Amino acid sequence: MGLIGSAASGDVTMPVDERTGVMNAAASGGWLEAVLFYTVAGMTLVSGLGVCVSRNIVRMAVWLFVALGSVSMMYFLLAANFLGAIQLIVYAGGTLVLLIFGVMLTSKSPWARFDVGKIELLAAAVVSGVLLGCLGAVITATRWHGVEGMVPGSSVADIGRRLLTEYLVPFEVAGVVLMVVMVGAAHLARQEK
Amino acid sequence: MAAVGNWAAKALFGGHPVALLFLVVGPLVTAAAALGAALAVKTWRGWGRFLYRHGGKVLLSAVVGTCIAVWLTALLFGWVTTDLVARADDPSRTSWFGAPLTVTELTGSLPMLPGWVAVLLWPLQFAIVRDLIGLGALLGFFNLIPMYTIWWERKVAGRIQSRLGPMRVGGWHGWSQSIADGIKLILKEDLIPAQADGPLFRAAPYFAVIPAALAFLALPFGATYVFRDLDVGLVFVLGVLGIEVVGVIMAGWASNNKWSVYGAMREACQMVSYEIPMGMALLVPVSAVGTLNLVKIGEAQAGGWFDWLAFQNPFIFVAFVCYYIASLASCKRAPFDLPEAESELVAGFHTEYSGLRWSFFFFAEYAAMFVVSGLAVILFLGGWQSPLPSAWGDSWGDGILAQGLKGILFSGPIWFVLKCVFFLYVQLWLRWTLPRIRIDQVLYGCVQVMLPMTMILLLGNALWVWASTSERGSWKVIEQITNWILGLIGATFALGFVVIAAYGFYHRRRLVGNLVQDAMAGA
Repeated sequence: MGLIGSAASGDVTMPVDERTGVMNAAASGGWLEAVLFYTVAGMTLVSGLGVCVSRNIVRMAVWLFVALGSVSMMYFLLAANFLGAIQLIVYAGGTLVLLIFGVMLTSKSPWARFDVGKIELLAAAVVSGVLLGCLGAVITATRWHGVEGMVPGSSVADIGRRLLTEYLVPFEVAGVVLMVVMVGAAHLARQEK
Repeated sequence: MAAVGNWAAKALFGGHPVALLFLVVGPLVTAAAALGAALAVKTWRGWGRFLYRHGGKVLLSAVVGTCIAVWLTALLFGWVTTDLVARADDPSRTSWFGAPLTVTELTGSLPMLPGWVAVLLWPLQFAIVRDLIGLGALLGFFNLIPMYTIWWERKVAGRIQSRLGPMRVGGWHGWSQSIADGIKLILKEDLIPAQADGPLFRAAPYFAVIPAALAFLALPFGATYVFRDLDVGLVFVLGVLGIEVVGVIMAGWASNNKWSVYGAMREACQMVSYEIPMGMALLVPVSAVGTLNLVKIGEAQAGGWFDWLAFQNPFIFVAFVCYYIASLASCKRAPFDLPEAESELVAGFHTEYSGLRWSFFFFAEYAAMFVVSGLAVILFLGGWQSPLPSAWGDSWGDGILAQGLKGILFSGPIWFVLKCVFFLYVQLWLRWTLPRIRIDQVLYGCVQVMLPMTMILLLGNALWVWASTSERGSWKVIEQITNWILGLIGATFALGFVVIAAYGFYHRRRLVGNLVQDAMAGA
């Protein structure tokens, strides 16, 4: 049970390794899971706070990288392997590298600092307060019930099938939108010359 | 453990852990170190002369022996997970710590083995024990790969430039050069420039080396020898290799050095753009097999040389070449080694680094080289399957001896490691023969050549797979002929390589001057 938890190998439920029948929840599966969960959750929170608090823009990006990485660890812990791997590729490996790249290209001095004005602070406080309120309301109002039985083994084939049948239209629309963004960005970049 | 420690501390020194540390732990560690050093000296006196003479043979037999040991361990682990645990009929009946079997039961089920084997096997019932052993093995492998590839790279570089490379340390062809270098790097001063961004500068090497180590978690060395058989193994390995770039960019930025930032910029450019053709080239074999699970992809190619995916249709064959080129760019190997470009950027992103932190970047680079070679081998060239037709072994039955022999001859970690090492060698070979290309050429090659090419390959492969679902006899014939032609082309390349290598080995003394011939220890 390393980073990629007991749920990594397909046909396995969360605390109990059904395939091998060892390490059952009563013995020690539960606490390991809990320790990993709280560690990863703590990392996510601390790095998220780091993004908000740090003034240096590159350090902010690094904190963001840690936050995205720990969210992906959380996905692996919850047996959502596909989501975790895609989170790594798209956000941690792709978007974030582009972000750092942009920062490095555009910042005037190597130690560009990020100073926040009073109005910005107010706006940010209002927006995040509303978001916190909404999320809190939803979380407390929802009736949570635990999932019974097995976590579905391999989700990736199912995801692929659904994307190309049930959700074909949103999938294609997202593809077209991204394509338009790319062409637009290339056009803008070309005009400067 | 902690409780015992506290108790001992209280009992001995009235609750002063520092005193305990100085009076008990300190002498213990010193004694252990002295004992270790004495043992090392003793061993060297006994074995040093032997190693000095026969280092090459020892190294080779260690590699082969390790591979066989790995395969036997895999057999044992397979037996543990299926037979042993399945024998515990009643899951509620447990011995210590909730283990399904007691030692007595184990001894009862293994009458042919001595009793102490059962005691040794007992902890293997716990998944966490098996995982810790597996992690230890992976970490050991992760450390060995860079050590020996760096030594090998220096030897290859030397031979290509008509010199000898490391010759002194350890005797036979300087085989322990990397160990000496490692000790040197550990002892070196860890310099941090005054104007650097301290925390980021210190953290950057870890951001580079940890993803490279993580990739080994999902990389299968054999059908049963994989740490985690992920259903999205390929995406996971690509993902963790992709985040290695963050460490490099951080290092370049935090050094506060122009050369470093140039290197980091080039790395970011190159990495982000080459990830796309690399991923798309990998999608070609994936769409032919229909799974992202690396173990299943490897198992789909069982049967021998002509069953390997690269020889199934022309699109996969070309996709292999595309993937290999893109993977060179993604591990910043020549001709794409612009991020460190010694001749223009001093050392690129790691200009300001020294000591152990510097070596972490090299661990990351060489481990990533092994991983991308491993992906090439698994997705295109049969993974851990040997080129021998596996039909030969059909009549051998399923006994433990037959299983072991099949594992060595037809499939198993030994074949996987051999193939990976071959592609590692190709990477070294390319580095010392091809000139570095310019950054605009790198990006042109990606966006205007590789990307459209991999798109065409993906489309063509989809059409080919669609066509082969038809039952028409003529198509089957075309498929078979293509398979033979591609397989023969591949075999020609492989044999050609072997012939050229043999020619080079036969004439190895012609490559170096007369003056050094007498000083050559082993060749």
